[in-house]
Amino acid sequence: MSRADRRVLPGFAPAISLTVGYVSLLILIPLATLVLNSASLGPAAFWAAVSAPRALAAYRLSIVTALAGGAINAVFGVIVAWVLVRYEFPGKRVVDALVDLPFALPTAVAGIALTSLYAENGWIGKQLAPWGVKVAYTPLGIVVALTFIGLPFVVRTVQPVLQDLEPEIEDAAAVLGAGRVATLARVILPGVLPALATGFALSFARGLGEYGSVVFIAGNMPMVSEITPLLIMIKLEQFDYAGATAIALVFLTVSFTMLLTVNALARRGTARLRAR
Amino acid sequence: MSLSLRSRIGIVVAAMSIAVAASTAKAGKVSILNVSYDPTRELYQDVNVAFAKVWKAKTGNDLTVQQSHGGSGKQARSVAEGLEADVVTLALAYDVDALAVSGLLAADWQKRLPDNSCPYTSTIVFLVRKGNPKGIKDWDDLAKPGVAVITPNPKTSGGARWNYLAAWGFALGKYGGDEAKAKDFVARLYKNVPVLDTGARGSTVTFVERGIGDVLIAWENEALLAVREFGKGKYELVAPPRSILAEPPVAVVDKFAAKHDTKEVATAYLAYLYTPEGQEIAARHFYRPRNAKVGASYAYQFPKIDMFTIDKVFGGWDKAQRVHFADGGVFDRIFGAGR
Amino acid sequence: MNPLSAPRPGHRDESRVVRLALISIALAFLVLFLFLPLVAVFAKAFEKGAAAYLAAIVDPAARDAIRLTLTVAAIVVPVNVVFGVAAAWAIAKFEFPGRGLLVTIIDAPFAVSPVVSGMVFVLLFGAHGVVGPWLIAHDIKIVFALPGIILATLFVTSPFVARELLPLMESQGNEEEEAALTLGGSGWKTFYHVSLPKIRWGLLYGVVLCNARAMGEFGAVSVVSGHIRGLTNTIPLHVEILYNEYQFSAAFAVASLLSLLALATIGIKAYVESRVRPRS
Repeated sequence: MSRADRRVLPGFAPAISLTVGYVSLLILIPLATLVLNSASLGPAAFWAAVSAPRALAAYRLSIVTALAGGAINAVFGVIVAWVLVRYEFPGKRVVDALVDLPFALPTAVAGIALTSLYAENGWIGKQLAPWGVKVAYTPLGIVVALTFIGLPFVVRTVQPVLQDLEPEIEDAAAVLGAGRVATLARVILPGVLPALATGFALSFARGLGEYGSVVFIAGNMPMVSEITPLLIMIKLEQFDYAGATAIALVFLTVSFTMLLTVNALARRGTARLRAR
Repeated sequence: MSLSLRSRIGIVVAAMSIAVAASTAKAGKVSILNVSYDPTRELYQDVNVAFAKVWKAKTGNDLTVQQSHGGSGKQARSVAEGLEADVVTLALAYDVDALAVSGLLAADWQKRLPDNSCPYTSTIVFLVRKGNPKGIKDWDDLAKPGVAVITPNPKTSGGARWNYLAAWGFALGKYGGDEAKAKDFVARLYKNVPVLDTGARGSTVTFVERGIGDVLIAWENEALLAVREFGKGKYELVAPPRSILAEPPVAVVDKFAAKHDTKEVATAYLAYLYTPEGQEIAARHFYRPRNAKVGASYAYQFPKIDMFTIDKVFGGWDKAQRVHFADGGVFDRIFGAGR
Repeated sequence: MNPLSAPRPGHRDESRVVRLALISIALAFLVLFLFLPLVAVFAKAFEKGAAAYLAAIVDPAARDAIRLTLTVAAIVVPVNVVFGVAAAWAIAKFEFPGRGLLVTIIDAPFAVSPVVSGMVFVLLFGAHGVVGPWLIAHDIKIVFALPGIILATLFVTSPFVARELLPLMESQGNEEEEAALTLGGSGWKTFYHVSLPKIRWGLLYGVVLCNARAMGEFGAVSVVSGHIRGLTNTIPLHVEILYNEYQFSAAFAVASLLSLLALATIGIKAYVESRVRPRS
């Protein structure tokens, strides 16, 4: 598309001004307030707030659990995507549609549902209790919630790639004598890897900021099972706005970095695929 | 001159409209907002239904009382931030004083209603699991190592502050008034606290639902409610021999009541809490009523506790808040660990 | 869709055992993490019987919450549709400096935790916020009232429609619009009769997702709402309140409404996809 398009197609001026206006008012200004507010703290107080042991524990927990959730989704998401694309089984269409459930279900509903399932007297918690495995109210519960939340990301990014894989390449590998496993590892996996990475990063980014589904199932114990959004919420409830915004700002920077990485990965991945 | 049929019909219609207007003006809708602390949800559910009936009978208007619940300190700050409460029914006088400082109600609010504007009282007790496995009998036992104690966050919750002061008051009594020893005792107690919820109800949920902790320090009314709600036998109430007299006050928020033109109904609403019916409802929900007669008939459900007051032991709420709960106060220094 | 990529037997495929194993693993994973929670919602909702379920839903506080949620969605979704279409039009059809930056900014609400999304509006419009005093002076209530909830929900759901339409419009190109223009169509006419029909399925999907999120948003609304029962409690907040008041089956009953909405959402999405990409 060249600059000439702007003259050919109408509507640029109204569309761009509406977009920029909306974005400035709704997104930029509120986010700017975040920066300004924490700036009012002054560097020393800011640093004290964001590096307090409780805050550090919260970041660590949020990052570790989001990574774990992303990793679980990466492994099983690929399997699910593979199964949905390559195999037939009864009820496949329903299962395929259900994968989107975490996108559509409100986080609070997911939160209470997962909590009731994995509590010690819940359907699943009951089975795990004799083994001494406690899920609800522990970091493990957080991982379960974040796995649920991020589940569709990997599946939905990998599915289209698997669908578009050209069978000729697989045929060629087989004809050349490669075993099935070798074909999978050397031919298919590299093709899927960019999408998988994107899906993992999306699941991770989503899990970092998640609040509604986690706050019910986590123990919310400071230093142990308190996620960063909850810490921010607690500071807000104490009307410690400055502290809350400082922590939010630091955390937001991490999330933005993830988002930019995702966008870059996605572009590089699709470019590489197109180049094949 | 006789009136034409048209004029006569017109007059009748006009008269009817006026009558209808008058009657609908009488059966108006009124609504007030009661911003309350955390455990009073069930109490005000019943109070609101009962009082709406009374108000309708008295004025013909339909009254809706809207409720908001949360930790007392947090609720007070919300009102100061613009949550337009017509009345506040909070956990302690200091939180209402804070609103007076913000100019939302008169400084002498506490004198406007009997008993320092506290229609009911409560105290602080312990809730333990069936069989009392850790053998909790008194405040001492809470500071022992290996006992997990659940209590809310004093920065947001009123009940939490009563809990803290009750523990401190006990220690003062035990160590003969030695403030340093009291501080040490309270510090040891808070070392045993794994999580601080924002409100008393939140702590109850943590103790009961999440199964965290060996003992919950709770409002007496909250503990009695938990014992009843979760089936007799699952939880036991342990009453320490000495505890603090907790007086949760009520007040009309003058500024907002004036703005919404609800001063009359708001004042009547709070006055209802002092009537025998209102006191009865409070007692049914395990709040200790001020009315002697109602108190006598419900005495059986309340444990016998020797209570000290905040005025006697701490010199009043203002002082206690400043010393213990303000930023950098004793609680911050005790609980520390990077707040 | 390439007919050759349909599953077929041969040395290129996994053995039957492996296939069954993979299917089992996939299904087990999905049952554990997806299916069971969904079933749990409905099972717990009806734990005390159908009468209790209905009572929980027609309860006045629940009805107020439903009404508020529907009101918020009715305002938020159309606004974000207009924004989404405008943004996608400007970005997909034209080149201009700062295009990449604009896309990232539009994506920004995705990266912001819901709690922070609500907090920024309290920082702006709360009594001690940037414009707080001005609002108080003019008796305008934003935080702890409907406008605050709408703003927070707008923020959180703003990327959905735009994100859905952008790649779609990009991949569709401008040829048809240019042809229509050369044939003498006006700008608006071209848009209505040429562009809009092309994007209608993507638009529908974006609307449905935006709606689901608008109705289900919890963290952001929790911060700005004030939790006034009957006034500023949306359905998710009401679920939380019921849960905290030990009314578990009532909480799940109300939650089941949102679950039904979620099922409808993914049903519509599946339908849309079947229209766009018929499977062989």
